[in-house]
Amino acid sequence: MMTRRIVLLVAVLLLALLPVLNALPSSNPLHVSDFLVSIIGKWICYAILALALDLAWGYAGILSLGHGAFFALGGYAIGMHLMRLIGPRGVYGHPVLPDFMVFLGYRELPWFWLGFDWFPFAFLMALVVPGLLALVVGYLAFRSRITGVYLSIITQALTYALMLAFFRNDMGFGGNNGFTDFKELLGLPLNSGTTRAILFYAALVSLVVVFLLCSALTRTKYGRVLTAIRDAESRVRFLGYSVTQHKLFVFVLSAMIAGLAGALYVPLVGIINPGEFSPGNSIEAVVWVAFGGRGTLVGAVLGAFSVNALKTWLTSVAPDLWLIALGCLFVAVPLLLPKGLVGLVRRRKGKA
Amino acid sequence: MLLLGLFLLLGPARAQAFDSLVPRLGGSFAEQAEAVERLGALGDARALPLLQALADSRLLKLADGGVAVQQGSAVPEGASPVRINNRVRVALRGALGRLQLASPVAAQRLSAAEAILRNRSAEDIPALEAALAREQNAQVRERMELALGGSRLASADAAAKRAGIATLGASSSPEARNLLLASRAANAELGAEIDAAVAAIDRKLQLRQAAETFFQGLSLGSVLLLAALGLAVTFGVMGVINMAHGEFVMIGAYATVVVQEFCRNIPALQPWSLPLAIPVAFLVTAVIGAAMERGLIRHLYGRPLETLLLTFGVGMVLQQVVRLVFGAQNREVISPAWMMGTLVLPGGVTITQNRAWIILFALAVLLATLAAIRLTRFGLEMRAVVQNRRIAATMGIRTGRVDAMTFAFGSGIAGLAGVALSQIDNVSPNLGTGYIIDSFMVVVFGGVGSLMGTLIGAFTLGLVNKILEPYAGVVLAKVLLLVGIMLFIQRRPKGLFALKGRAADQ
Amino acid sequence: MMEPEALATMPHAISTQGLYLDGVTVAFDGFRALNNLSLIVEPGELRAVIGPNGAGKTTMMDCITGKTRPGSGIVKFGDRDLTRMDEASIANLGVGRKFQKPTVFDALTVFENLELALKAPRNPIACIRWVLRGEARARIEKTMQEIGLTARAHDLAGLLSHGQKQWLEIGMLLMQDPQLLLVDEPVAGMTDHETEQTAALLTGIAGERSVVVVEHDLEFVKALNSRVTVLHEGSVLSEGSITHVQNDPRVVEVYLGR
Repeated sequence: MMTRRIVLLVAVLLLALLPVLNALPSSNPLHVSDFLVSIIGKWICYAILALALDLAWGYAGILSLGHGAFFALGGYAIGMHLMRLIGPRGVYGHPVLPDFMVFLGYRELPWFWLGFDWFPFAFLMALVVPGLLALVVGYLAFRSRITGVYLSIITQALTYALMLAFFRNDMGFGGNNGFTDFKELLGLPLNSGTTRAILFYAALVSLVVVFLLCSALTRTKYGRVLTAIRDAESRVRFLGYSVTQHKLFVFVLSAMIAGLAGALYVPLVGIINPGEFSPGNSIEAVVWVAFGGRGTLVGAVLGAFSVNALKTWLTSVAPDLWLIALGCLFVAVPLLLPKGLVGLVRRRKGKA
Repeated sequence: MLLLGLFLLLGPARAQAFDSLVPRLGGSFAEQAEAVERLGALGDARALPLLQALADSRLLKLADGGVAVQQGSAVPEGASPVRINNRVRVALRGALGRLQLASPVAAQRLSAAEAILRNRSAEDIPALEAALAREQNAQVRERMELALGGSRLASADAAAKRAGIATLGASSSPEARNLLLASRAANAELGAEIDAAVAAIDRKLQLRQAAETFFQGLSLGSVLLLAALGLAVTFGVMGVINMAHGEFVMIGAYATVVVQEFCRNIPALQPWSLPLAIPVAFLVTAVIGAAMERGLIRHLYGRPLETLLLTFGVGMVLQQVVRLVFGAQNREVISPAWMMGTLVLPGGVTITQNRAWIILFALAVLLATLAAIRLTRFGLEMRAVVQNRRIAATMGIRTGRVDAMTFAFGSGIAGLAGVALSQIDNVSPNLGTGYIIDSFMVVVFGGVGSLMGTLIGAFTLGLVNKILEPYAGVVLAKVLLLVGIMLFIQRRPKGLFALKGRAADQ
Repeated sequence: MMEPEALATMPHAISTQGLYLDGVTVAFDGFRALNNLSLIVEPGELRAVIGPNGAGKTTMMDCITGKTRPGSGIVKFGDRDLTRMDEASIANLGVGRKFQKPTVFDALTVFENLELALKAPRNPIACIRWVLRGEARARIEKTMQEIGLTARAHDLAGLLSHGQKQWLEIGMLLMQDPQLLLVDEPVAGMTDHETEQTAALLTGIAGERSVVVVEHDLEFVKALNSRVTVLHEGSVLSEGSITHVQNDPRVVEVYLGR
């Protein structure tokens, strides 16, 4: 137990060192490139998303194929804030309306854009909107006892429908192009190295906090109720637990964490578009968790980092092969690594 | 009888008039115009080539004062082309129109009706009435009626106008509606009647619109049925969600492309490429399906979520392999001639041939599937395995083989869906992605394991989608449909047709 | 939703509520699993229910615990209409059920299984804030002793033998502190000695609580020494003492005579 904690602490410290090394002059052998820092920042956000998914799937057995939608909604909420902050610096120079609205002939800001110029509100919305969506969908689904693959299909249809909706110009979210060309956040210019370092640390701190939160949660009796629901849902009902309530709670919480991940992600990458809703993204997140080891928080984080590292490497070396490799991962994990990397490590340890 | 007598009596007189009028086509412009008009009014078919020649400057005035149509490019000695002026030209247009109405060639009568419709005038009314009385061809009749209505409306006589309004009101074309609306300002005293006629047309147009929407819904429904049928078989029998199903559909479409390219070099096979593609697509996807079941899925029974991920991975690999082999761009599929064009149903409802064929094809595949399940030994074993796997095994049924065959069968149906889709959609590596989510919705809505549910689910979803589309737009219609399904499964969590009688759990 | 929670937190009271079934009919695809079934179990009564396969014993349990909604008829516990409640609410009302096939949570330890069953507020927030205090721990430990699993407290339930799982499930039932226990074939897979123990346990519980036992094993039913209800084709065929039932010619014909 102690060694595990030490390993995790060292890993976090190593990650925290990256922006510092990035600040070194490029002649220094320890210098780390901007690219590496920004891509690892992305992976950290993905790891948060993986934790959210693992909480729902690994612990409560709710395989959501629509978590990308919650991630994207969180991203859009912060994206709206960033768009409002551009102000008159846009191409059309309109003091209030973002460029795409001027282009589409909007006269005034749609009502649902109000308040997003204030960061705390936008940040709150990044959590509340995914949470509310999960509440409604989860209530309808869990109440009528839609479980297993049915639920997966419904959540996939949900993110697909949202993708189609966000592709439309008249939704008021920039259609095809989404949001980009952000200028600043909380008074900091987004293109400066310092801001990028701050955003990186924000993501890293969030990851640690979410990890600790999930880890505490799963060790309570509530965590054991979730495990029980995962393994024998109807038996839990006969013990007097409202399965609907418990699943709904974890599903909403998980959606909010996914929203947080999206909110951290968008300022880092500087763009959000409807592609984030594509069902493929959600299911890719599932494979991170499966590969790392579902039902263990470390596994989820490990999976997010390792699969994305593989993706980054393969797409640069042999882009055509990436999708095949990812597909093979989907095939191989359930067959050969049902408990993921973590399970593999544990088995090794058990033998030794 | 009386009418016939009148004709017989008039006949010889007409012939005389014709013979005396023809030479005057070579006279002065005034004479020409008068002769043209009278020839036109006479309605003798022999006048048509003459007037046509006059209009084309191929009518020759002969030395003997008579006229003749120029043959070839040579002009006989002493003959000269007859010239015409604008007044004659106007007269010709009307006369030709009237004469063409009497032509034995349907296409000519049609173009005459069109010509009259363009410059409606009261003079054409008698000729049109006479032509309509003889006309058998429905399409020509429709245009003639329109022309008649328009011409009547253009007359100065109020009674004729009323008749015109009635004629137009009885038709169901938007053109008639426009004619009526355009004439409304000039005929204030007939406003009420015109409005009533417009309303009548609107009703008919709405009806036609509804019929066309219905057909589009059926068409979408049949596509969904094809795509969902195989899914229902594998899901219903084995509880396996095959996320690669969409890719099997796509492979079926590519099989069609390959068969077509193979047939291109063999002229004898060319017209048969599509029918040939049907068994090929079925076999190719069935083999892939069976291989996937035996090689991979078999190891994961009882773990539906993992199976879902695995099949998704297989789908990804298949899609990428096809992309690498065939390229990412769309492949062209040529539809055979008998599938092209549109059918016009009574009431002016138009449907495209290929979509009509796909509806038939989908129903045929459904029937074949039902027959395979109900009537064959394989179907019997399959149903036994669905009801009780363990007992089926003790009865000597090799459940593993049944599983593989079921999977092959369901995948084969996906291949057939691909053949059909290649006719109406772009054949590209992500062809299947667009259909898979909708077909899952069909299965969820219809109820697992019930082909009847799949049938009704597919057509319901197809129809509702197409009915919503004009009001809500394509995307919102999809979203609304999804919300509708979510609400529907609140009441029937197991779909429309649940496998067991416990759907009464409300 | 709050009412059952409030009930669950109420201190344990001696059962004053009887079970009342009248004219209950359940049909699946035309097949009548229960056909106009009527049954009354008095507060504190121990009742054995026997009957051949397909007589409707398990379906009856399903109706009482909310798993199946009857097509018609009345199912009441005290004055509460059970046909309008879901499984969780019925469980919180004080109706506990042990399944024919023991279902325990394999991924949790014996102790955790019992802790989950222990009567306590069941909502998510309460579960998160739950702290195991001395009193609750003492109850769990006492129950573990009763079911003979103290030594295996921290083993995963998935590692237990079939008989041990049966015992664990009985223990979970006791932790719920129910007023009505529905016990489906409790002694399947148990040794003779264990069967005797179980009979003693159940007769001990009755009086304080109502108990309905469904069983095939006639020796066990005799040992319970209670009123017996014989089900046949979804309705009550005979009811009375074990000797009365055994001598009922209709029972002999359809059940014992075979």
